[in-house]
Amino acid sequence: MSILSSISVEFLVATGIGWVTACGVFLMLRGRSFPVVLGLTLLGYAVNIFIFVMGRLWSGAQPILGQGEVQADPLPQALVLTAIVIGFATTGFVIELALRSRAESGTDHVDGKEPDA
Amino acid sequence: MNPLATIVLLPLLAGTLLCFTVGRDNAPARRLLTALIAGTVTLASLGLLLSLAPQVFAGQVLVAHTDWVPSLGLSLGWRLDGLALMFGLLITGIGALIVLYAHFYLGEADPAGKFYTLLMLFMAAMLGVVLSDNIMLLVVFWELTSISSFLLVGYWGHREDARAGARMALAVTGGGGLVMLAGFVLLGQIAGSYELSDILQRGDVIKTHPLYPLMLVLILVGCFTKSAQVPFHFWLPEAMAAPTPVSAYLHSATMVKAGIFLLARLYPAVGGTELFQAIVASFGLATVAFAAWVAIFKHDLKGLLAYSTVSHLGFITFLIGLNSPLSAVAAVFHILNHATFKAALFMSAGIVDHECGTRDLRRLGGLLRLMPWTATFAMTAAAAMAGIPLFNGFLSKEMFFHEAVEATMAGGALVPVVATLAGVFSMAYSLRLVHGTFFNGRPKDLPADAHPHDPPAGMLAPVALLAVLCVVVGVLPAATYGPMVDVAARAVLGEATPDYHLAIWHGFNLPLAMSAVAVLAGAALYFALLRRFALHRYTPRTVGKAVFTGLMDRLFASAGRITSRVENGSLQRSLMAMMAMAVLLGAAPFLAADALPAAGTRTLMPATPLAVVLWLLLLGTASTLVFTHHKRFQALVLVGVIGLVTALTFVGLSAPDLALTQLSVEVVSTVLLLMGLALLPQRSPVESDTFRRLRDATLALFAGAGVAALSWLVLTRDHASISWFFLDKSLAEGGGTNVVNVILVDFRGYDTFGEITVLGIAAIGVLALLDGFRTRRPDADPEGRAWAFERQPLMLRVAARVVLPLALLVSAYIFWRGHNMPGGGFIAGLITAVALVMQYMALGQARAESLLHGAAGRRFTRWIGSGLGIAGLTGIAAFLFGRPFLTSAHGHPALPVVGEVPLASAAAFDLGVYITVVGATLLTLSVLGAASKESHA
Repeated sequence: MSILSSISVEFLVATGIGWVTACGVFLMLRGRSFPVVLGLTLLGYAVNIFIFVMGRLWSGAQPILGQGEVQADPLPQALVLTAIVIGFATTGFVIELALRSRAESGTDHVDGKEPDA
Repeated sequence: MNPLATIVLLPLLAGTLLCFTVGRDNAPARRLLTALIAGTVTLASLGLLLSLAPQVFAGQVLVAHTDWVPSLGLSLGWRLDGLALMFGLLITGIGALIVLYAHFYLGEADPAGKFYTLLMLFMAAMLGVVLSDNIMLLVVFWELTSISSFLLVGYWGHREDARAGARMALAVTGGGGLVMLAGFVLLGQIAGSYELSDILQRGDVIKTHPLYPLMLVLILVGCFTKSAQVPFHFWLPEAMAAPTPVSAYLHSATMVKAGIFLLARLYPAVGGTELFQAIVASFGLATVAFAAWVAIFKHDLKGLLAYSTVSHLGFITFLIGLNSPLSAVAAVFHILNHATFKAALFMSAGIVDHECGTRDLRRLGGLLRLMPWTATFAMTAAAAMAGIPLFNGFLSKEMFFHEAVEATMAGGALVPVVATLAGVFSMAYSLRLVHGTFFNGRPKDLPADAHPHDPPAGMLAPVALLAVLCVVVGVLPAATYGPMVDVAARAVLGEATPDYHLAIWHGFNLPLAMSAVAVLAGAALYFALLRRFALHRYTPRTVGKAVFTGLMDRLFASAGRITSRVENGSLQRSLMAMMAMAVLLGAAPFLAADALPAAGTRTLMPATPLAVVLWLLLLGTASTLVFTHHKRFQALVLVGVIGLVTALTFVGLSAPDLALTQLSVEVVSTVLLLMGLALLPQRSPVESDTFRRLRDATLALFAGAGVAALSWLVLTRDHASISWFFLDKSLAEGGGTNVVNVILVDFRGYDTFGEITVLGIAAIGVLALLDGFRTRRPDADPEGRAWAFERQPLMLRVAARVVLPLALLVSAYIFWRGHNMPGGGFIAGLITAVALVMQYMALGQARAESLLHGAAGRRFTRWIGSGLGIAGLTGIAAFLFGRPFLTSAHGHPALPVVGEVPLASAAAFDLGVYITVVGATLLTLSVLGAASKESHA
């Protein structure tokens, strides 16, 4: 457990955000619409957590008055709450854009045409 | 309202609106009414100017100011002095004649409303230019003249030459205007004010400033392009594609004089230096001689007049450029003279064109017999243009020759020679115009229906009036234009106005000799060219136009090349470039710093074993996803896992609201992705080559590392947040203990209102994308298993039926407690949406939609609308109490039975949020579901 005690949650969160960002960016750069949507979703997770933790990490400190001595920073939480919902709306939009684009162009490649062989 | 603004606003608002409304119908009565309105408005402005004239003649300068954007130096400043009065009278006076003339000129099929509306717009712009005191206001009107001129030249939009001419005029004069704007900004900065009243007082400061030369050149580019000085002259002949009243008005009397007006206007501030004389006088002189020479060879009557106009504009420019007070007087005088005879000549050319169906000098001839009145007036005006004694043009030309002889500029000895040559040429082209049109045999190859005769009196009257003026002024200059010239010259020169007298006879002197040479040699030149060199068979070349179009073509071609190199149509590549740029921009501050910043000193939170397990799960899932994303169904499951870890992170880090939101969003987005996947290929082909994959991976790793480093640096530091304010005030002012919810619906309610609007827009975007769209679902999955379309299992149907009321109850509870405990409109909305989506799955889309009246998702727009409406109305309700938008109120009314109930107006707002969220979510899913219906085709 000595290794564990030297690891902080901050480290886990920072590296976690970084790794999900990296995976999201890589997927977004693929050619087909579906992995791009997945990449976008992943990037959404990472960005939401990133913004959320700008209020720093708090344990057992819900931003609800009268339930404890300290409260976590509520502002980033409010920002992220709406961001999650809008993120869903965007995902929905992109998915249906991908469908429409496939129907119009006959391919699910983001360039609107099959890559040259 | 002050009278100066009224002079401009009359045509700008009343003129354009009335002409536009009345002139929409092109019936003869309406055409007449439109012309009458335009005439009345013009005369009203003219009358206002005349009513102010006595004060100006008494030596006053009328100034009026209204602040516009004072911090930017912008004001609605107006100024009326002698120069502005002269131009104002010219614009409205000739304008009135043009209105009359155009009524007879325009054909039955030409829309009169359009013509007069644009004419009013132009007149307003032109009046604005001459009456502005603020130079930024002046620029606005200046560009408005370019735009209205563009529209007027392109009046006959079906003609290709009209469109091309309009485009060229706009490109040259509009472009020049932009350059001038840069000069004006410099001028304002140097002078410390954007008001002409101040600028004109500070000539000494301006002329000794190190930036003076740059500023001067920039402003001169604007003036020279507008006033068609060589080498920017080529647009004016092309603009002759305009209807002739437009040419007579814009391209001889007014707009092209705007550049000259500005030179005269700014003369006290920027003129009178060696540099000013060297540039302005040289360009002017070159233009006089060159354009006069070219004019001789134009076969088109209007083309000849256009080049003659360019030449006369050069004439005036030259005079303003010279460092001699007397030359400024001559310039002002010639502005009036030129406007008088050139407008008459253009209108005569219009009459000839109207009657004969051609303006080609090679086909015209002998019209003196057929249309004697027109011929008489045109010959009078042409004599003025040629500078024959007893006509007004002679007087200013004598002054021009005098100034040329006295000029102190570089190459001084050549100046009188060039000036005399210009006189010779202008005599030659004037003679060509008269001889070619009214004498020289009979007309040839006229259209069969052409029976040339004098036009109706209304069309001839403006020409007659101007022609008579040419003679009267020519004989009695001091009694007619004298006072006007005097007061205008004083506005340009101030105290330095010299003693002069306008008269025909100044004795036998050098200028008189030059005039004699010009008249005789000019006549000889014309007949020599006609008889010996077959003038009629000469084909003119237009170098300026060719260069311009060549440059434009090359500009477009190279822009196209650059664009296709930057943007080859591949979104994949663009996205890569965008990401790379984002990474670079993010890294820039780190790279620029001397040392990499170190981690902070905040007390960190020790990791629990659970946290480490979740972290490993996250890394593992994300990595697996990257390597196996080709298997799309599996990829979806993995994304769901990452979403769950995200939700757990929120739980662990004291954000219960976020956790609830994330969990419910996770459900609906998984459903959504599944539905989308059913219609997309089930697998992604592996097609990126190794290089591309390596490149993208490198980029992705940099992006991830950057974000991780940034997070680490932030998380190890303490922070000062504005959030403590919200924690303090939440209960006291927002009436709720759940601070996140109070922020959403109260403190930052405006933001939330914007966000649910975005939500609604995204949903409606989805509807627009897929409404009525049907796509054929594949018959089988990738493994070849056919999709089953059996009725939904009974268990599910029963379960869904039981769950629905429970879920709705839960969401009502979550909604209600949101203000004080985790929950609220967003979360409740998502939970309701999840419950309803479950009904879709259990009952099938058709049944669920008939219950919800969804109509393939379309009706859910009503939900979104009501939600936004409720939220908006709640905000507006605050107005009733005299508070700003979205101010909330709360209280604890005691109800019978229930007892005391905490109530905040924010709850109504939250209800709006709730309904919008439900509507948007269901719309997105429902539209997608409707699109994927099995097609029975």
